Amino acid sequence: MNESRTRLRRLEPAAIGGVMSRELANFRTYWRGTTFSSVLEPIVYLLAFGLGLSATLVDEVGGVPYVQYVGTGMVATAVIFSSALPAMFGTFVKHRFQNTYEAILAAPVDVEELVSAEMLWIGARAAVYGCVPLLVTIGFGLDPAPGMLLTPLFAFTTALGFAGFGVAMAATVAKIDQFNYVTALFVTPLFLVSGAFFPIDELPQGVQIVAQLNPLHQLVELVRGGAFGFEAVDLLRYAGLLGFALVMWRVAIGRMSKRLID
Amino acid sequence: MAAIELRGVVKRFGPITAVDGLDLEVPEGICLGLLGPNGAGKSTTMRLLTGQALPDAGELRALGHELPADSKAARAEMGVVPQLDNLDVDVTVEDNLAVFARLYRVPDVGAAVDRALDLARLQARRRDAVDELSGGMRRRLLLARGLVHEPKLVLLDEPTVGLDPQIRTQLWTLIDDLRTRGTTILMSTHYIEEAERLADEVAVMTAGRIISRGRPAQLIAEHAGRETAEVYAPPERLAEARAIAEADGLRVRPAGPAIAIVGSERAGNGAVPEDAVRRAASLEDVFVLLTGEEAE
Repeated sequence: MNESRTRLRRLEPAAIGGVMSRELANFRTYWRGTTFSSVLEPIVYLLAFGLGLSATLVDEVGGVPYVQYVGTGMVATAVIFSSALPAMFGTFVKHRFQNTYEAILAAPVDVEELVSAEMLWIGARAAVYGCVPLLVTIGFGLDPAPGMLLTPLFAFTTALGFAGFGVAMAATVAKIDQFNYVTALFVTPLFLVSGAFFPIDELPQGVQIVAQLNPLHQLVELVRGGAFGFEAVDLLRYAGLLGFALVMWRVAIGRMSKRLID
Repeated sequence: MAAIELRGVVKRFGPITAVDGLDLEVPEGICLGLLGPNGAGKSTTMRLLTGQALPDAGELRALGHELPADSKAARAEMGVVPQLDNLDVDVTVEDNLAVFARLYRVPDVGAAVDRALDLARLQARRRDAVDELSGGMRRRLLLARGLVHEPKLVLLDEPTVGLDPQIRTQLWTLIDDLRTRGTTILMSTHYIEEAERLADEVAVMTAGRIISRGRPAQLIAEHAGRETAEVYAPPERLAEARAIAEADGLRVRPAGPAIAIVGSERAGNGAVPEDAVRRAASLEDVFVLLTGEEAE
């Protein structure tokens, strides 16, 4: 008995790995559809925004061909759409409709481990899918650069934060259709003022300040840094993303504990 | 050492007291049936034991671990079969089991999955997705999932609720096997027949408390006597028969279209109608008398 008391600590890798193995088992049943849309979407966006706009309105931004500007920016859209939304809907469905968490928490897994595993899984997935727009853009003429190898890390860190945000929202809303408010108030504005499609320094001063607080904007700048050359401030940007992930991790655990433990 | 010890446990949800000073001790190696109507506090008691509900007062221990402080260690040695089917329906049978073998830190996941498949008699369907299984197979899988780590204590929360009689019988056989092997079982149910069939002891729970406990035969002898007389008649005659029996000091309960006069062996002359159907007293008589609820 004493042995099991010392063995079962907080944040045990076995518990986190077990929860992630459940996600992997489920993912094997639907990965084709998710991967298909993750690859097709950036191609469609690049054709529509990149080639369409660059042929008619915008040739380049800050010396970067517009198709490459959009392609690198789209890493951020891929990350938010493969982290915040799956975290919100997935968590809500597993908790309210499938009673999955009730089963997992009956095993030696606590809420902290459950939330951590969900966030890590979503982060890992988003790190992979976040790289797809970059690979597609290389196909559209972007020169590969060593700094691009850091893109999965940037995508993973940002996705952790948005996964935590999604989990916290899922633990907060009463009904699934309330995610419409979350999407309209947070996800879409963050996505639009991330600098993925146009430079934010053209925006009003107030919006620029808000954009600097936007993790997606920091991700866009880091990905472009990897492609076109880093700056010293990028270290600060990455530290900001780490801070965002850390805060959202604790918020998600707090919200889910209130929701799951009576 | 008792497998489960609860002393003065209270759990409130706002103005509602779901568990109200509950004292419960489950010795190792027995199957205790927690029998009570819906809302009696059975499922809340189960959630308290798995650390998914925190008590407002009282002391809880499971397998020697204090709850909720040491709940994780207790859960490692405990298996839980929930009331609601929460299997991953798109995932194969064996993957459903493997995930839980990992969650329970089973060293040899493959062997544990094989053992659980044998127990649930699902070897032939191991690579099928859960949504291809029949309702009975899914319930067997749910039971096997809760046993994949060979727990010392199993919590069965309404294990056969909503199932047809054939599937219920299949599950009872599996639970019987488990009991025979000496696993301690706490089973909540509101089915009288299930409690009678499976439980070594029955604790009748209502309004968050245990109001009576013992072996089924003891409870029947204590609360219902030896014999019950059922009277089938038009409503006005039933009312008259009830009044006469109650005047004779007997207890009467509704029994579908009839009334049941409990302890009819003690009836004086004329207290029970001549045409009443006499039968042995049952746990159902005890349940209805104690809880005031219709039995299922």
